Amino acid sequence: MRPDDLLHPRPEGLYCPPGDFYIDPVRPVPRAMITHGHADHARAGHGAVMATRRTLEIMAIRYGADFAGSRQEGTREAVEVNGVKVSFHPAGHILGSAQVRVEHKGLTIVAAGDYKRGVDPTAEVFEPVPCDVFITEATFGLPVFRHPDPKDEIAKLFRSLAENPERAHLVGVYSLGKAQRIIRLLRDNGWDRPIYIHGSLASLCAFYEAEGVALGDLRPATIDRSQKAQFAGEVVLAPPSTFAAKWAQRFPEPLIAFASGWMQIRARARQRGVELPMVISDHCDWAELGETIKELSPEEVWVTHGREEALVRWCALNQIAARPLNLVGYEDEQE
Amino acid sequence: MRAFADLLDRLTISPGRNEKLRLIQDYLKAAPDPDRGYALAAITRDLDLKTVKPAMLRELVAERVDPDLFALSYDYVGDLAETISLIWEPTDEPKEIGLAETVERLNAAPRGQSMTLVRELFDQLTASERYALLKLATGGLRVGVSARMAKQALAGFGGVDVTEIEELWHGLEPPYEDLFAWLEGRAEKPAQAAAAPFRPVMLATPLEEKDIAALAPADFAVEWKWDGIRVQAVAEGETRRLYTRTGDDISKAFPDVIAHMGFEGALDGELLVKADGEVAPFSDLQQRLNRKTVSKAMIERHPAFIRAYDLLQDGEENIRPEPFAVRRARLEAFAETLNPDRFDISPLVTFETWDDLAALRAAPPHPVIEGLMLKRRDSVYVPGRPKGPWFKWKKDPHIVDAVLMYARRGHGKRSSFYSDYTFGVWAGDQLVPVGKAYFGFTDDELKQIDRFVRNNTVERFGPVRAVRADRDFGLVLEVAFEGLNRSKRHKSGVAMRFPRISRLRWDKPTAEADELATLEAMLG
Repeated sequence: MRPDDLLHPRPEGLYCPPGDFYIDPVRPVPRAMITHGHADHARAGHGAVMATRRTLEIMAIRYGADFAGSRQEGTREAVEVNGVKVSFHPAGHILGSAQVRVEHKGLTIVAAGDYKRGVDPTAEVFEPVPCDVFITEATFGLPVFRHPDPKDEIAKLFRSLAENPERAHLVGVYSLGKAQRIIRLLRDNGWDRPIYIHGSLASLCAFYEAEGVALGDLRPATIDRSQKAQFAGEVVLAPPSTFAAKWAQRFPEPLIAFASGWMQIRARARQRGVELPMVISDHCDWAELGETIKELSPEEVWVTHGREEALVRWCALNQIAARPLNLVGYEDEQE
Repeated sequence: MRAFADLLDRLTISPGRNEKLRLIQDYLKAAPDPDRGYALAAITRDLDLKTVKPAMLRELVAERVDPDLFALSYDYVGDLAETISLIWEPTDEPKEIGLAETVERLNAAPRGQSMTLVRELFDQLTASERYALLKLATGGLRVGVSARMAKQALAGFGGVDVTEIEELWHGLEPPYEDLFAWLEGRAEKPAQAAAAPFRPVMLATPLEEKDIAALAPADFAVEWKWDGIRVQAVAEGETRRLYTRTGDDISKAFPDVIAHMGFEGALDGELLVKADGEVAPFSDLQQRLNRKTVSKAMIERHPAFIRAYDLLQDGEENIRPEPFAVRRARLEAFAETLNPDRFDISPLVTFETWDDLAALRAAPPHPVIEGLMLKRRDSVYVPGRPKGPWFKWKKDPHIVDAVLMYARRGHGKRSSFYSDYTFGVWAGDQLVPVGKAYFGFTDDELKQIDRFVRNNTVERFGPVRAVRADRDFGLVLEVAFEGLNRSKRHKSGVAMRFPRISRLRWDKPTAEADELATLEAMLG
């Protein structure tokens, strides 16, 4: 069987004809395998959804318990779906994130979804899964992207807090994954003051706590305007969209920080009006992408969302068969 | 190099002037000599460094990186120095190499060896240090700090007045160890070493009309305030220099003036240009500013000259301690020997009462006049802006009522406020944008406008919102500005100088805002 007959792109997403299911479809479909809970990968309204237990719970928190017609937990143990063996293996991206392994008639394809190799106590460790075809993301697929040690980036925030004790430090984070990782990084590096969080972060933080990821003293960042000064020198976490909203006006002399792999590029930081860029990413950097491909040494590499062209070029230079998959609908800004 | 790279990174990203000043001062406190001197020179653009050509850098990168991957990366990042700094994979562990050492090694490298040296440095530096090195070596740091601001940071660092720094500056060489020694109280103030040095200028305070009654007309000499740029022309021996009022040397842009500075002394005056034999408006002068060199055609089309206000140095003699009346008499004698096409004297205005003067101010005899200067006849020439001896009494600013059309989000502390406004006036039934302003209002007014913008948005383009603005609804802003130029870049054909929001006219219907024709009439 040719790899294309086992998985190929359709407008709805990556489709498996023998198994009659999609992986991370961007439109409602009868049967979907979901790699992780970020909104552009995990959408509501599918007929049947298979995902890790944690991803299923995250989807229930975001969309309500009835987000799909039926739900089935996926694990390392393969189950047959219309004769195709499907199993889920940790991807290291966020809590619950998984690679989907698909096997049929002796051919194995691993769709890694979003993944990373760096240390992160808030996500399960990436598991290398041998395969014939490896489908990799390329969010940071350019040789300019080398993620620094997150510890050094957190140290930048501590330095700024010491230098600007009168200013509230607003750290832009997406509500699922990045928020909890930053909180945990703050805790692991010695920040034991309360951390103030935007309302949209609360339920997912509680979920991480319940799953055994200790986040310490979290408080809502919603205290009445007359007590503005109490946020001076404190850390407030919120989705970046709130910085443009009136919500941010309640804080004293807000200092805008943003934690994202994009902060590597100075112009990106300036464009967003960020005063304190922190290069902290939940995706592989360039070196990790290359190392992972070499480690797995698949027959073929398919490259999806991100900078496909550069990673395909790299594969060619390293004599690895590769091609872009040209899937649409994934937002690489959400990081 | 690490501390300097860190300084550049933080200056790039800090929006506010005070933060930038603090960052520079903190750096100067922490960094050792001679590193900090070279860093300062890099910011004030006084660092003499053998530059590295982009072609050589591309060649160097091609040794390590596939050209296609480099092209894709450069395309994405958009800045050559940043792309190279990030893409370079060092072969060595990072080493701490001093900024001074880096500068000295670059300057000492023999021709043909600089590529080897840059490769070696790249391999021993971190990405952000490579970026700093590249910015140094390709010229232009672009961190939003003027030479003047750097000198102010230096003055704050040493607890001295910025005029003292400006006075010394042209006699000093990087890495300024004698200057730092003085500022840290370890040595005497360095002696003025340069020929034809800059003398910090004396500035006027705005005249408050309520104070005018307390002043005696007979105590003051009054002259017109011309709308050019304030300069100081200094000639000593072979050296001739033209300085701006902040001590920047602009001699190269005005060789036509320099050529006629065959005197010994220092003149204070207004630099103006002529067009067809007449004194030309500021927009014509502007074409000759900010240039390293100037074409012959430009000099012929817009010859420059100085309209002298004051004489500071007459041959060997410093006459700044003399009263204005004495200096003025010396100036008149001094100017007799000068080429009248290149130097004339700003005439004194005769008047008896303040009412006479108010009438003259309201109807000045020449369009390139922006007001009056009142100088006490007994005033000595001192640097800075002392209150009392000199007053400026500008013409009233021009005022228009314009309609708010677009608002853009601010940066840093203002990032949750729509704080930059584009406003327009009527051209028939259409509003045409005529300017932008982002100050002039209070914090409270900012909140009011912000609320108006959010509640009346009709369209969004990234950080910009279009607000409802039509004949029946909108917000009228009273905009004050200093002058108007013709502009090909703006759709309306006019560009305002120094526009600011002077009042919010919640009371005024948009249909009663000004017409473009009113502005066009001001162009004359």
